[in-house]
Amino acid sequence: MTPLGKDLLDLESLSAEQIRLVLDTAEPFKEISERAIKKVPALRGQTIVNLFFEASTRTRTSFEFAEKRLSADTVNVAASGSSVSKGETLVDTARNLEAMRIDMVVIRHGASGAARFLADRIESNVINAGDGTHEHPTQGLLDLLTLRTKFGRLEGLKVCICGDVLHSRVARSNLWGLQKLGAQVGVCGPRSLLPNAIDDFGVTVFDRIEAAIEWADALNVLRLQLERMTAGYIPSLREYNRVFGVTRARLEKAPRDLVILHPGPMNRGVEIDSDVADGPHSVILDQVTNGVAVRMAVLYLLAGGRPELAEAAKGQGER
Amino acid sequence: MPKAATILDARAMERTLKRMADQIVERHAAADRPLVLIGIQRRGVQLADRLAALIRAQDVAVQRGALDITLYRDDLQTVGPRPVVGATHLPFEVDGTEVVIVDDVLYTGRTVRAALDELADFGRPARIGLAVLVDRGGRELPIHADVVGKTIELDGDQRVDVQVHELDGADAVTVTTRAAA
Repeated sequence: MTPLGKDLLDLESLSAEQIRLVLDTAEPFKEISERAIKKVPALRGQTIVNLFFEASTRTRTSFEFAEKRLSADTVNVAASGSSVSKGETLVDTARNLEAMRIDMVVIRHGASGAARFLADRIESNVINAGDGTHEHPTQGLLDLLTLRTKFGRLEGLKVCICGDVLHSRVARSNLWGLQKLGAQVGVCGPRSLLPNAIDDFGVTVFDRIEAAIEWADALNVLRLQLERMTAGYIPSLREYNRVFGVTRARLEKAPRDLVILHPGPMNRGVEIDSDVADGPHSVILDQVTNGVAVRMAVLYLLAGGRPELAEAAKGQGER
Repeated sequence: MPKAATILDARAMERTLKRMADQIVERHAAADRPLVLIGIQRRGVQLADRLAALIRAQDVAVQRGALDITLYRDDLQTVGPRPVVGATHLPFEVDGTEVVIVDDVLYTGRTVRAALDELADFGRPARIGLAVLVDRGGRELPIHADVVGKTIELDGDQRVDVQVHELDGADAVTVTTRAAA
C-alpha cells in the first residue's frame, strides 16, 4: 500500500503525516509547470478518467493538466444528466470503468459519499474531486500548501473560513486539514449558513466579519451561491455584502496584513470585492497554480509501486 | 553484521576531486561554448558544487545546476513506496552548452539514462559528458563515464556508498559487504 492508501476521499481520515507528505511532494512538482516542456514520464501509460457528474471547469481542467503533465492518458466523462438516480447508476458506471481497465478515477458528484461508494466497488484508485457537501480534499490540500508557502508554517496560524460553511465541502476539507496541522480555525457567516453543531468542532465562531478580520492571519472566502437567496437563507446578496463582504475598507482596519484566499469562482461584489480579489493580499492565483502541483502530487503518490517488488529492489541501492 | 571498508578517506577524496576537476577543464579547453556541471540529486549535487569551485579556481567559467531524476526512473512502477522527489534547478539555457553530468556512483547506468532523457526535455546541449566519483562496473546499459575518480570492482553482495560532509557529516567512500546469511 502506498502511504496514502488506495484512494483520496477526504482529509478527515488522513493523518497529519500523510497530509504533510502530500504538501512536501507537491513542492518539487511546482517547478515542472515552469518548464518549457511541462511533462515528465512518471505516469506514462496510466489511464485516468475524469468522471464529473457536476459541471466544473476549474477543477476538471486543473486535474487534466496534472494528469497530462505526468504523461497519463486522460478521458473526460461528463455524466451531467441530472436525472441520474444516484445509487444504481453509479454502480453500473463503476463496473463499466473496471471492464475498461482504467487505472484511476477522479470523481465529482452531487451526493455526499459518492466517492467512497465508488472506491468501495472498484479496484482503481479513486480521487474525490468534490462529493455533495461532504469534502473536496484536493482543494483543502492546495489551500494548505498556499498558506504554508505564504507563511512558512501552518501551526498556530489563524485562518477564518468566511461564508456559506453549511453547504461547503471546501470548508469541511479545510477545517480538517487546518486542525490536523495545528492551525486555529474560525468561521464567519450568518448563522443560517453555519452548521448547527459548529461549536462542537473546536472552531471559533464570528458573527461579524470585522471580528474575524481582527482575529485572523488569513481569510478563506467562500463563494456565496446565488440560490441561497432564493431559498431564504439570507435576505439578499446586497445585504450579505454589506454585513459580511470582504471589502478593502474592512481590511484596512485589520491589525495586520491579512492573506486572502478564495476557492473560486468568485461572485465579485458579493462575498468579496474586486479590489480585494485583485489586490496585493490576495493569493487566489497562487491557489490555482498550487492546485496543479498538489493534484500532480496526489496522482503520483496514489499510483504507487507494487510492494512485492520493493523487497527485491531493496537489495540494490545504487544505480 | 555488515563490514564497511573505507576506500577513500576525506583527503583522498579531495585529491580525487581535484584531479577530476583538472580532467574536466582539459576536456573542455578546446570548446567554444559554456561549461555547465549538472549534479544528480542527491550527492551528485554536492560533488558538482565542489568540482565547480575547483574549476573556477583555475579561472574557467562554469555554471551549476541540479537535476532530480526520480520522475524519469524506469522502475518507478515497481520500486515500492513512492520515492521522494527532490529539486530540479537549471537556471540557464541548456541549448548549445557543454554539459557534464556529475554523480557519485556509476553502476547500472540507469540513473544516467534517466538524466539524459530529462535533459532532452530542457533543451539540446552541444555535448554531454559524465563525471563520476566511483565507477563500480555492472553496467546494464551502454553508458560510460568520461571522467572517473576511482574504478572498483564489487561482488553482488557488496555496495559502495559515498558520503559528503554537507549531508552526512563526513567525506568518505566506503564499501560494505553484506554478511553471509
